[in-house]
Amino acid sequence: MTTELMTQLGYVVAAGLFIFGLKMLGSPATARRGNMVSAIGMLVAIVAALLDQGIVDFTYIAAGMVVGGAIGAIAARAVAMTSMPEMVALFNGLGGAASLLVGWAALSPDSGTFTLVTIVLSILIGGVTLTGSLVAYGKLSETIGSGAITFSGQQIVNSLVVLGIFGGAVMFCMNPTDPNWLYMVIGLALLFGIMAVIPIGGADMPVVISLLNSYSGLAACAAGFAINNNALIVAGSLVGASGIILTQIMCKAMNRSLSNVLFSGFASVSNEETVVEGEIKPISVEDAYYVLEAATNVAIIPGYGMAVAQAQHVVKELTELLENNGCEVNFGIHPVAGRMPGHMNVLLAEADVPYDQLLEMDEINPRMETVDVAIVIGANDVVNPAAREVESSPIYGMPVINVADARTVFVLKRSMASGFAGIENPLFYKENTRMLFGDAKESIGGLIREFS
Amino acid sequence: MSGAEYLLFILMLSIFLGFELINKVPATLHTPLMSGANAISGITVVGAVALAGTGSETMAMWLGVGAVTLASINVVGGYMVTDRMLGFFKKKED
Repeated sequence: MTTELMTQLGYVVAAGLFIFGLKMLGSPATARRGNMVSAIGMLVAIVAALLDQGIVDFTYIAAGMVVGGAIGAIAARAVAMTSMPEMVALFNGLGGAASLLVGWAALSPDSGTFTLVTIVLSILIGGVTLTGSLVAYGKLSETIGSGAITFSGQQIVNSLVVLGIFGGAVMFCMNPTDPNWLYMVIGLALLFGIMAVIPIGGADMPVVISLLNSYSGLAACAAGFAINNNALIVAGSLVGASGIILTQIMCKAMNRSLSNVLFSGFASVSNEETVVEGEIKPISVEDAYYVLEAATNVAIIPGYGMAVAQAQHVVKELTELLENNGCEVNFGIHPVAGRMPGHMNVLLAEADVPYDQLLEMDEINPRMETVDVAIVIGANDVVNPAAREVESSPIYGMPVINVADARTVFVLKRSMASGFAGIENPLFYKENTRMLFGDAKESIGGLIREFS
Repeated sequence: MSGAEYLLFILMLSIFLGFELINKVPATLHTPLMSGANAISGITVVGAVALAGTGSETMAMWLGVGAVTLASINVVGGYMVTDRMLGFFKKKED
């Protein structure tokens, strides 16, 4: 058997393991093993690639792998779960950069037109992914302002950049020996990544990192075409598909189209005057305890504010006390509750909340009428009934968790300031809503003391 | 059969397969799915090793070395952080 054939068979095995690993990710019970299966697939693919006869010197390969692997291992151990969105954004960017470099290195004087086109594509997608992800990282970690950055003439500048990319790409494919066209495409791709992400506000970053996740896969896919490698094409398109699906889910959960997210900042939506009837009814920790003590079914609706207050561990403690009191407790999790898809689930799982208590929005909503107390912790827009009732509201039509259907609603809130999107929330004025003002962690700590 | 049409054929099949597989991943696991996807997109390392191992000290080799390093961060970091996260997910004990 030739080594070439062994390499190709290795890739087939690796692709099979990736697919099987992703399939096992379909259930929390098998997911961890699925990830392991996928990792073994990667190992097989790398070993297969190292059989390549063209490799005469392993020094630099080993050096790159050791340095990269060490950085990756340290980052994976050190990262806090609240910072996962930043980490994923950064990793997307690295993936894009790697594909850019592979596409660039694949250029040879005898490359055919098809190869040249795929080289341009991998450089283009890789470059946009790299700088776009770095901007997204900056916004998520708030090293740069998280707001949308817009300036007059932005559309014109962007159009010129796109035209420049097209022109440069065509000229490069016709004159592959002149490196200046290539440098122009690389430079403009990097610039375009920045231009594409700066006008998008911090609240929309979950969509952006999902989309960049998809791009990092597509860049690998394009690089696979450039160097004629099946493993890159299969793995890259699996990642591409995953990112696209997550992007769609995020957009649907915000009731916005992808183009609306990409081309208009949320802040530019006019601030409609919502006429809110009723009054705010505060409740003390002691009174809240009496209500909870009598409850048999409690739903907790967390938002990112819960993670900001570092309240997930006391929430778990309260959950246990309620359960010991004979009460059923579930969590209702909105798809955009955290700062990336599924973020809130990870934060709660880290606090030892079992995954069968984490219900999706479509699971919890039909049950809401049987809930005695719905506790909203650090969430605002995702429980805003204006999305169902007020047609003039900017979030009208967005699917929300219908907490107002529960017998009583407790809203844990620091003050009466409006949410991330700056929209008035009629929930706070509902007949059955009680506001528990103060830091979420302290308020829940108070409830726990009442119980014990 | 080899060349562009063969590669495009593989591309089409894997995109469809990807959609089918990912649609079955529950929302609970979307963050690990993304970090796991990060790890898989480190597959670029497979293409990069051939470029980094020519021993020629050309620019293409150095680009390949850079790609090996970056993709290795993705592979190792992506799989490890995903494993760490999935370790948190536990079923309720009765």
